[in-house]
Amino acid sequence: MGEMEQLRKEADALKDQITAARKAVQDTTLEEAAAGVAVVGRVQMKTRKTLRGHLAKIYAMHWATDSKLCVSASQDGKLIVWDSITTNKVNAIPLKSSWVMTCAYAPSGNLVACGGLDNMCSIYNLKGKDGNVKVMRELAAHTGYLSCCRFISDTEIITSSGDCTCILWDIETGTQKTSFAGHQGDCMSLAVSPDFSYFISGACDFTAKLWDIRDGNCRQTFAGHESDINAIGFFPNGQAVITGSDDATCKLYDLRADQELITYQDSSIMCGVTSLAPSLSGRLILAGYDDFNVNIWDSLKAERVGALAGHDNRVSCIGVSADGMACCTGSWDSFLKIWN
Amino acid sequence: MAEGSRDQGGAGAADPEEDSPNMIVYRKIEDIVTRIQDEKAGGIAVRTVKSFLSKIPSVVSGAEIVQWLVKNLFIEDPAEAIHLGSLIAAHGYIFPISDHVLMLKDDGTLYRFQSPYFWPSNCWEPENTDYAIYLCKRTMQNKARLELADYEAENLARLQRAFARKWEFIFMQAEAQVKIDRKKDKAERKILDSQERAFWDVHRPVPGCVNTTEMDIRKCRREKNPHRVKKSVYGVPDDGQSQPSPIHISSQPSRKPTREDVQKEITFLNIQLDRHCMKVSKVADSLMSYTEQFMEYDPFVSAPEPSNPWLSDDTAFWDLEASRDPSQQRVKKWSFSLEEALKDPAGRDQFLKFLESEFSSENLRFWLAVQDLKRRPLQDVASRAQEIWQEFLAEGAPSSINLDSHSYERTSANLKDPGRYSYEDAQEHIFQLMKSDSYARFLRSNIYQDLLLARKKGKSLTGKRLTGLMQSS
Repeated sequence: MGEMEQLRKEADALKDQITAARKAVQDTTLEEAAAGVAVVGRVQMKTRKTLRGHLAKIYAMHWATDSKLCVSASQDGKLIVWDSITTNKVNAIPLKSSWVMTCAYAPSGNLVACGGLDNMCSIYNLKGKDGNVKVMRELAAHTGYLSCCRFISDTEIITSSGDCTCILWDIETGTQKTSFAGHQGDCMSLAVSPDFSYFISGACDFTAKLWDIRDGNCRQTFAGHESDINAIGFFPNGQAVITGSDDATCKLYDLRADQELITYQDSSIMCGVTSLAPSLSGRLILAGYDDFNVNIWDSLKAERVGALAGHDNRVSCIGVSADGMACCTGSWDSFLKIWN
Repeated sequence: MAEGSRDQGGAGAADPEEDSPNMIVYRKIEDIVTRIQDEKAGGIAVRTVKSFLSKIPSVVSGAEIVQWLVKNLFIEDPAEAIHLGSLIAAHGYIFPISDHVLMLKDDGTLYRFQSPYFWPSNCWEPENTDYAIYLCKRTMQNKARLELADYEAENLARLQRAFARKWEFIFMQAEAQVKIDRKKDKAERKILDSQERAFWDVHRPVPGCVNTTEMDIRKCRREKNPHRVKKSVYGVPDDGQSQPSPIHISSQPSRKPTREDVQKEITFLNIQLDRHCMKVSKVADSLMSYTEQFMEYDPFVSAPEPSNPWLSDDTAFWDLEASRDPSQQRVKKWSFSLEEALKDPAGRDQFLKFLESEFSSENLRFWLAVQDLKRRPLQDVASRAQEIWQEFLAEGAPSSINLDSHSYERTSANLKDPGRYSYEDAQEHIFQLMKSDSYARFLRSNIYQDLLLARKKGKSLTGKRLTGLMQSS
């Protein structure tokens, strides 16, 4: 037997053992365990505000930690910072490249970042001395499009890319600190754990990976989806991961049980999931789909408890504010809507 | 079930187009549409409807389609069936015979099924030359029902200007198509004309309608053969003028996994195997209790007090949150975990106040100083790290903290090259110490209890249920 074949056999045997170990702790399912939990009832949310101003598809949005401001990125080549309550545009930042795919707001509120087909992550300082918003840094090293970025602080940011890797950057020096390689397909999305020590990435290899930010290692890999994972998020307790995929399902994976706990799907939902966000308690998961709707799922019982219909084209991004009060959706119809 | 990432070697034979997200949806729709038309298997009978002086062949009503969807896909809400039906229509698989707008109505509106030849899954990307031929031939056919709509007339005018040089060629192609069409049977022609129109409604939608063939640009670039020759609807040879889209970058051929790759995988798998898996029942319990605990703070589930600012336009809720004068409900959250208490600035303040009263605030002050260090600009890091050492860890430090010798040595070694995360280890150790010792006492303390029960301020207990006095953890 050739060496490669032997190694492959060894790898396969280990995979079988891991599968068996996961099965061994399946003393119940989340659905069974939650059977006794009271139902959450129909969730009805209305559009409270519509943010108008973009002229083309919106690809991304992100709330600021103050739960009032948010930033959105559109293929019209603009990054807009909105006051979601007054619907005023606080900043309208013109971008060098209009093919933007992601944006992020720093927890401090001082910076925003964006990136896309230019393969770079551009950091903008909102609180510059003369009041103008300027590019502070251009982080270039990825060899593929920038699909997602998230700030750890004003000094560090993590990016995911179509080159199948994620990178942790030092913003001050503009250099790469750590590269996270391992995915076999474009990384589409990432999310940072509530305690900022881990992050998760979802990719076009149908898997999600948990990474240790400090040592750069992949801690766990979660498989099960049948198509690209487009969206990913942490359950608010930081111990579970939610993914959304082109296979029209969302899944919940638990980090400590190291496996999928439940799938959120319905035979009448045929379009892929583009984005997702859990509510503050985690009991509800709001997911945006290619069929222009957002579906609201009871995370414990995997039942649909509501829907947000109001966009005239795909819902491309969704976010729940830090205080859990409002949900913001962005769409290819060029509008953002605030719901609750 | 196979674990880990997909094999790279085996996928060569699969059609790369099958991967695209639109294709996945197309296959699902085709499944449904095939079933709907299968009369023997409970499908809808396609029929001819008499109308004024003519017959309308091969139609079904919108209501029938909705009914079929509700029954066969087990959909409870008819609105959902309409939504799904409209999705199927938007992709052009069914279409209203007298409207360019592709949506499903739950009434007597008549619909026809699209011919598989025109299905989007055939990867049509029709060029403007094809569209020009189509519009041109429409003007040649002297039938009222084939009159161009306003937007189509505008499109035609635009195309005539754009293709001024080769209009003669287009005109000839259109004439040829008309000749071919004339040879067909009248009823057949009615059907084919409408299907052709529906095809163009998908690829050149009415202004205001969504173009459902649009793909997310992140998925577009993965097409393995972006330079393949696009087929023409009317058999017009490709004159090589079509530009590849600016975003089609030829993807690198997938690398075959090397020996090192597999060895790395084995190492990774071994680590995975070593990890202890917690029982599903336990993690399920943990998720359930977390959601239960926080549901009263979740505005999507429980109405916030005093009111939801988005609904009432009253910012009282936010003003309260910003104040260091916390509500009982907010104070209760501090008892959920030390993390929650420290997340809230008011919680940090009160915990610090309590510790100061016990002359044991050095642990928390150390923890806060390290948090601050992590956010400092690089130029300040080294000096700040030294300051922290001097204050908390050096011999004879004024706020000496108690670290185990192992952490102490590691930290001291880290400080030879000080960075933002030099104190990571020590901070975790101190956090655990606080959690198991002073945090518990804090929750039992008067400072905390007074706030929780709103005693000092003389506020009466609100109607809100307090789930008992907080048990000390």
